[in-house]
Amino acid sequence: MIDRTVLKERFVKWVLVAFALSSLLFLFLIFIFILAEGLPLFLKVGLNKIIFGMKWAPTKGHFGIFPMIISSFLVTIGALVIGAPLGLSCAIYLSEYAGKRTRMLLKPAIELLAGIPSVVFGFLGVIYIVPLVRNYLGGSGFSLISTCLVLGVMILPTIISISFDALVSVPRTYREGSAAMGATKWQTIYKVIIPSAKSGILASFILGMGRAIGETMAVIMIAGNALKIPTSILDPLRTLTGNIALELAYATGDHRLGLFSTGVVLMVIIMILNYIANFGIKRKIAK
Amino acid sequence: MDTKIATDRLRLSFGTTEVLKSVTIKVHRNTITGFMGPSGSGKSTLISVINRMIDFENNVKIEGDATIDGTSILDGSINPIELRRRVGTVFAVPIPLPRSIFENIAYGPRLKGTSDRTTLHHIVEDSLKKAFLWDEVKDRLGTSALKLSGGQQQRLCLARTLALKPEIILLDEPCSGLDPISTAKIEDALSELKSEYTIILVSNNTKQIARISDFSAFFYLGELIEYDTTEKVFTAPAEAKTEDYIQGKFG
Amino acid sequence: MRINPRFINRFVRMGLNVQAYFTVGILIIIVAIIFFKGFPHVNFAFIFSFPEDMGREGGIFPSIVGTIQLALLSILLATPLGLGTAVFLTEYTKESLFTKFIRFGVESLAGIPSILYGLFGFIFFVIKLKMGWSLLAGVLTMTIMILPTIIRTSEEAIRAVPRQLRIVSYSLSASKWETIKKVVIPAAIPGILTGIMLSIGRAVGETAAIIFTMGSSLRLPLSLMDSGRTMAVHFYILAREGISMEKAYGTAVVLVLSILLINILAYYIMNKAIARYS
Repeated sequence: MIDRTVLKERFVKWVLVAFALSSLLFLFLIFIFILAEGLPLFLKVGLNKIIFGMKWAPTKGHFGIFPMIISSFLVTIGALVIGAPLGLSCAIYLSEYAGKRTRMLLKPAIELLAGIPSVVFGFLGVIYIVPLVRNYLGGSGFSLISTCLVLGVMILPTIISISFDALVSVPRTYREGSAAMGATKWQTIYKVIIPSAKSGILASFILGMGRAIGETMAVIMIAGNALKIPTSILDPLRTLTGNIALELAYATGDHRLGLFSTGVVLMVIIMILNYIANFGIKRKIAK
Repeated sequence: MDTKIATDRLRLSFGTTEVLKSVTIKVHRNTITGFMGPSGSGKSTLISVINRMIDFENNVKIEGDATIDGTSILDGSINPIELRRRVGTVFAVPIPLPRSIFENIAYGPRLKGTSDRTTLHHIVEDSLKKAFLWDEVKDRLGTSALKLSGGQQQRLCLARTLALKPEIILLDEPCSGLDPISTAKIEDALSELKSEYTIILVSNNTKQIARISDFSAFFYLGELIEYDTTEKVFTAPAEAKTEDYIQGKFG
Repeated sequence: MRINPRFINRFVRMGLNVQAYFTVGILIIIVAIIFFKGFPHVNFAFIFSFPEDMGREGGIFPSIVGTIQLALLSILLATPLGLGTAVFLTEYTKESLFTKFIRFGVESLAGIPSILYGLFGFIFFVIKLKMGWSLLAGVLTMTIMILPTIIRTSEEAIRAVPRQLRIVSYSLSASKWETIKKVVIPAAIPGILTGIMLSIGRAVGETAAIIFTMGSSLRLPLSLMDSGRTMAVHFYILAREGISMEKAYGTAVVLVLSILLINILAYYIMNKAIARYS
């Protein structure tokens, strides 16, 4: 006879296994349902005509999202150009220079920045950045440069907190060894600490890119959403995420399928970025 | 004399390291039996077989047998949870659960399904009295157990074990971190308790074993070197190793 | 001429200093703008009255209620699921291929951008399961979104519980589940709460995933099948459609203030937890 406690323990264990599997199940469902809606159009219209198509007129049978792919990459790289140096500097300051009290104050403040909703960033971008660009640089202000500026700030918390973790985990002996050789603090940071934390810093950049390329609400408020490849930093543009968010509410039929195809492309890009950040780079750290 | 706990050619190894090498011992009912020996002698491991806490270690291999009241406790049909109700344990470092004094002691009884407040109160009072702690804490049973001093915490742990109403109490160097006054209180409590319980006291402190135990066992490198009445072991040890250890020549 | 390394050192230090404070400055500026511009429009009536004329007039009461409903219901679903997963990962298995799979799932969920959650919630809950734009569809989508945060923070909190506490509990004849329920989880509660607070913050601030699942009805959601809008969605619509800048700023104040409070509370709890174990 098996007594009650043993049965209960077994029951609990299986319930917990089911709970743990739920994450995988959700991931699977998300994949399946986005693919199931997004793939048919690739078969019907052709992969080339979607990915390399220049014209998006879904009600007339044109599903080209090439300009959006390019735009998504442009804003992501632009955001990185702005966010990476600033974020890395902050992380270095926090891990190497800041005293304990400054750190206790600055770190939460930076993480609070991560909590500010993206609609608020978008709104302030429209009110302050867009007119600034319009008045000093020209154009409508709804532009690549405005989007990059706002996204650059939005990805700061990601870059700072992950690079900070990487810098802090550099063993103390490295610092002491370098200081013992007569190096100044900056020489130590530049020649010893940054190279040792390289993988983590890279991972922070890539995860920052992931955040930028996936950002939606702030982008559709600032980017102008024009359907062409921008030729200057003052041109408006539409990203993959923006395309989905702008049209999903009213799209039907093939039009809606086209938005899911956009989602599939976005999902593949995000997966590649996450894979590089989580596995490619972390594995290097392990070695 | 009546045997409560017995081991028969008990061998135990962690991976490839043999920690107990064929130990055969009979511990008598309602006595205090002292287990002594330098660290690495296997005395604590032997205890963790008796309460089956060994289950939480990895890579353990056990041969031979251990019995309580003649029934094997290594048998697959034994429920270790029920066994631990019969075999209470007090560890070297007192670790109160992060809750009140009352709830620390009521923890075991509640697990058994006792939830009636008066019954629980009875058990708590009774256990604290037996552990010589009642007078010090009776007015603040609701305060956190973490606020007690080290010596009080260890008596709390003893009371917590008593609340299980066990048959056997295992104490694994319970006084190693305590001051002499706290140690004396624990020893007094144990001397009173032996009429109701079978007690095994693991200690590096040979004087303590000599003071309160009825039987003494000396372990060395996983072997039981000598086992007899405390008087015999301390006045006329049969083995030279035992004598050296008691006189403090090593350990 | 070789520049003195000491000079470079001081120069760099100053530069880094400036940049770090610049970053914090951005946060302060954002919060300050929202507060200065918004506070004049926030009063008792704004918070407790219904919007009129698409939000041009009146208050934001339904969106506050909608936000609270969404956040609380998704926490209610995600917490047992996430905590259960964390308990399984820490207490019931050793690292194996199976746990690697589960961790992969959790990491991947954490990396999916919110618009894809919106896309999924829209096709799965709203269309396929015929829930329509509803509180329920929003809650289920949000539950999946916050699950990774709850799992990660709970797992860290559970791992920080000292092993001896478990051993003591076992020695007092507790089974594994009793030990987890009565000792491990209570000791890990501050860490678990931190995760819950961060998740609430996320639910409150989310727009892209919510607007396509919960919809944007201005009415007060009275059942799970009703559509409704959260403060973030309301703010987005007011601002983007240029309905009313004053009301938009007012909504932003309430939104940002609640998120700041939630996050600060999360930090406070976390620091208390850290102090407890060290």
